[in-house]
Amino acid sequence: MAVLLEKSFPVEAGAYTTAGEASTTIKRTLKQLGISADVLRHVSVACYEVELNLVIHSLGGTLTLLVDPEKVTLISKDVGPGIPDIEKAMTEGFSTANEEARTLGFGAGMGLPNMKRNATNFEIQSEVGVGTTITMSFALA
Amino acid sequence: MTIREVMKIVDGKVLVGEDRLDTRVDTACGSDLMSDVLAFVKDKTVLITGLINPHVVRTSEMLDITCIVFSRGKMPSEEILEMADEIGITVISSPMTTYTACGELYVHGLPGTKKKAEGV
Repeated sequence: MAVLLEKSFPVEAGAYTTAGEASTTIKRTLKQLGISADVLRHVSVACYEVELNLVIHSLGGTLTLLVDPEKVTLISKDVGPGIPDIEKAMTEGFSTANEEARTLGFGAGMGLPNMKRNATNFEIQSEVGVGTTITMSFALA
Repeated sequence: MTIREVMKIVDGKVLVGEDRLDTRVDTACGSDLMSDVLAFVKDKTVLITGLINPHVVRTSEMLDITCIVFSRGKMPSEEILEMADEIGITVISSPMTTYTACGELYVHGLPGTKKKAEGV
């Protein structure tokens, strides 16, 4: 499928102040493309959750946005530390977030399940010591 | 219910978005936990919270929340207010606690968000 748009955003580990800026840009970009409000909200929520996860949990990574005529795809790829038990991480309420994240109102163990709920397709691959890749797509029709 | 009615019910003061008081809201959510807000909220919602930081506004932007009520008379910083105004979110400061503000809105007919985002 022909890619209409591709944009990558580096996300820095521990950058709590700027966390969410990539998601804001992505939301505004998609809005300009005329994507429906419903799809846009699903993409925005999942995007913000995954960006926060990169800031809170990873050693840094990249968020990539791809748009083709049928779907929006978000790819989050980090450089570690990797998730030892994905099943556990996907359980609502399970969280390894630090105090700083919790002070900001996050780290309730809702992120990954909420991404899965909002995306049409959700895939997660992780290897300890290597990194985690999350691929989410959102159907436009 | 309109944001103007919300403002009166919570005895609030509008900090930004005076020109958007006639916007309609259908539901409300009271929480200091943005993780839960992200999991439960739909559009045309009022968020009542005692948490003050820029992520409250970012979370609201992602969800198309149209109005934030900061409870217990808390005053957000200029930075937070500017962010909200730029996005088009009305910000109200209420002297009520979160519990009381939610209770007042509920008895005046504003329901809570009932379920998680679609696709549950």
